[in-house]
Amino acid sequence: MPAPGAGLLRRAPLLTLLVMLGPVAAGLAGTLLPAFGIMPATGEAMPGLDQFRALAEWPGLARSAALSLGTGLGATALALAITVLICAGWHGTRAFRVLERGLSPLLSVPHAAAAFGLAFLIAPSGWIARALAPLAGWERPPDVLILQDPLGLSLIAGLVVKEVPFLLLMTLAALPLLRPGQSLATAQALGYGRVSGWLTVVLPRLYPQIRLPVYAVLAFSLSVVDVAMILGPNTPPPLAVQVLRWMSDPDIALRSRAAAAAVLQLGLALAALGLWRLGEIGVAWLGRRWIEAGSRGHGEGVLRAAGLTLGALSGAAVVLGLCALAVWSVAGFWGFPDMLPQALSGRTWMRHGMALSDPLADTAVIALAATAVALALTLACLEAEHRFGLHPSARALWLLYLPLIVPQIAFLPGLQTLAILGGLDGNRPAVIAAHVVFVLPYVFLSLADPWRAWDTRHGAVARALGAGPSGVFWRVRLPMLLRPVLTAAAVGCAVSVGQFLPTLLVGGGRVQTLTTEAVALASGGDRRVIGATALAQTAAAFLPFAVALAVPALAWRNRRGLRHG
Amino acid sequence: MAEGLTLDDLRIARGEDELLRLDAHVAPGEVLTVMGPSGSGKSTLLAAVIGTLAPAFSLEGRVWLDGRDITALPPEARRVGILFQDELLFPHLSVGGNLAFGLARSVRGRAARRARVAEALQEVGLAGFEARDPATLSGGQKARVALMRMLLSEPQALLLDEPFSRLDADRRDRVREMVFARARERALPVLMVTHDAEDARAAGGRVVTLD
Repeated sequence: MPAPGAGLLRRAPLLTLLVMLGPVAAGLAGTLLPAFGIMPATGEAMPGLDQFRALAEWPGLARSAALSLGTGLGATALALAITVLICAGWHGTRAFRVLERGLSPLLSVPHAAAAFGLAFLIAPSGWIARALAPLAGWERPPDVLILQDPLGLSLIAGLVVKEVPFLLLMTLAALPLLRPGQSLATAQALGYGRVSGWLTVVLPRLYPQIRLPVYAVLAFSLSVVDVAMILGPNTPPPLAVQVLRWMSDPDIALRSRAAAAAVLQLGLALAALGLWRLGEIGVAWLGRRWIEAGSRGHGEGVLRAAGLTLGALSGAAVVLGLCALAVWSVAGFWGFPDMLPQALSGRTWMRHGMALSDPLADTAVIALAATAVALALTLACLEAEHRFGLHPSARALWLLYLPLIVPQIAFLPGLQTLAILGGLDGNRPAVIAAHVVFVLPYVFLSLADPWRAWDTRHGAVARALGAGPSGVFWRVRLPMLLRPVLTAAAVGCAVSVGQFLPTLLVGGGRVQTLTTEAVALASGGDRRVIGATALAQTAAAFLPFAVALAVPALAWRNRRGLRHG
Repeated sequence: MAEGLTLDDLRIARGEDELLRLDAHVAPGEVLTVMGPSGSGKSTLLAAVIGTLAPAFSLEGRVWLDGRDITALPPEARRVGILFQDELLFPHLSVGGNLAFGLARSVRGRAARRARVAEALQEVGLAGFEARDPATLSGGQKARVALMRMLLSEPQALLLDEPFSRLDADRRDRVREMVFARARERALPVLMVTHDAEDARAAGGRVVTLD
């Protein structure tokens, strides 16, 4: 006999897809229509390519598009190379375990805060220049354009330091199933070094497992808006930033051009993915020839050192950047080239702390609500999978990654148009729904493995002892999996806290979170306020992780069996 | 239908492939041992009897328990207890909590339920263990808690899935004796799957071999 609610549970996967992909599809439609001359807002319909012609006449177009492609491909290739080098050279060593432990906290740092931190390090008046000043004899900041450089190099750096932890985490999740230790030992017995052995026997099997995360990184990097507003060039900016400028222009007519540019951005993302796929095939071909040649590789030491240095550098960039934010937020007068301010003062916090309380409250409400929805849907999907013996296909995984691969800037403008039509713009529930689209994939990806790894015999025992299916869920499975559930919730909160574009566009500029506040400060340049705001943003993303660690530690303090679960 | 557990022309298949066929009756207090190499479907047989057969399998035939047809009942309504190779004590509950989880709903009232749990612990020489973390128990102690947890749910039949193979030789004999004695005392039909011939000998009942 089906339990009450079983029908609902059975439909959970479908409902989840609808909640997650519905807005993506609707947003794409809302972007495509105006781009091709059909205005849902006014009911005008002059189908044609006029908007694209207008876009082509914009003088910055070629440079803007090239910037997007270049920074996207560059950041992804660099982040992947660093990740692979770290794993190839150091997996299984003590240095690697230290790195591993620092990973999750690094991952939770919002992109905008990491970008501001990096800016505070590498700017001509930043910590690095201050450290070099006595050696170089600088008495004032050197006159070089580092931040927002025209080639987008600092933008690439800002993306790499955030994407390396993500790719590393995805790699670590995929590695154990591949039993890299055994393969590597075999290769080493055949005379291969650690790095060449790893690249020849582990990487070819690993890459297909992390392909989707790599695609997500690529699509994200080439369409990112907040990091690009902070670190990217301005005249012209990468295409995604330009779309946002046109979207927020008081001249409504520019919105159609924004839509056309958003469609172009989607095309760029598809082209980049295609290029990347070709690159994959090329590298695989070269790799096979390299393997067949039996080359044992040279420069093992150099590669290992490079991996460790780059990995440590990218981690240090985030950590030191946060330190720089913290110091600026309490800095009194701070002249160049002093390493620290002459005086510390709480003035910034006192003056702007109150102003942060409203955005903080909104940030918390939106993050908690979006995470609650995402967690409920994820649990319902996983439970349905368990109860009805459903087997998610490889295609389901693609669908899960879809919101992470379709560029936000390609469908959020359309979603904003629809929200305005429906009178929902600036409405908090609409912003929450938009956040769910991005929070859900991360919550699901974070929870699915530990949830599925649960020993179902516990369930069989509980059923045989008289507990029904929901009794097993609430009284056995959920408490046993409290730690991964809370971790997934923390991941969800961090993702929501870091969202910029969905808040800005669907919120119609009227819903303010710490992230929208922080990014809005990018053009102003008051370092003390930026420091305080970005630090508050980071704290908001960190706090849930602290809770996710503390609650199970307290609740299960006398339960040794769950301490490492 | 007779008292005891009856597997009435049971046939389990996965798609087109027949996994096993069994037709047997286990009288109250009797032990039926099913032996076979790993992969012969022993655990699948037990899953079919407790009602947790994965949807990928199909089941033909009927399972009767004391004259009730339990084939289509959900596991929690079958009153069939099971012990696995691992004790599978719930790690988030105390020893007392584990026993209370098993204790039948028919025992009502906090005081009465606590007394029943204390009594069960006493019966297996673990008096006063209520608040203990199950992870801190020895293998033999865990096995005793798992046995009492299952018996407190007042099952009408008992299934054993290689329940003694994790214990060292010395403890194995004692735990085995304790389990079979409790089953005989309560006149429970016992269905045991194992690959250990010693288990079959100690059970002293009939042996069916799957291949």
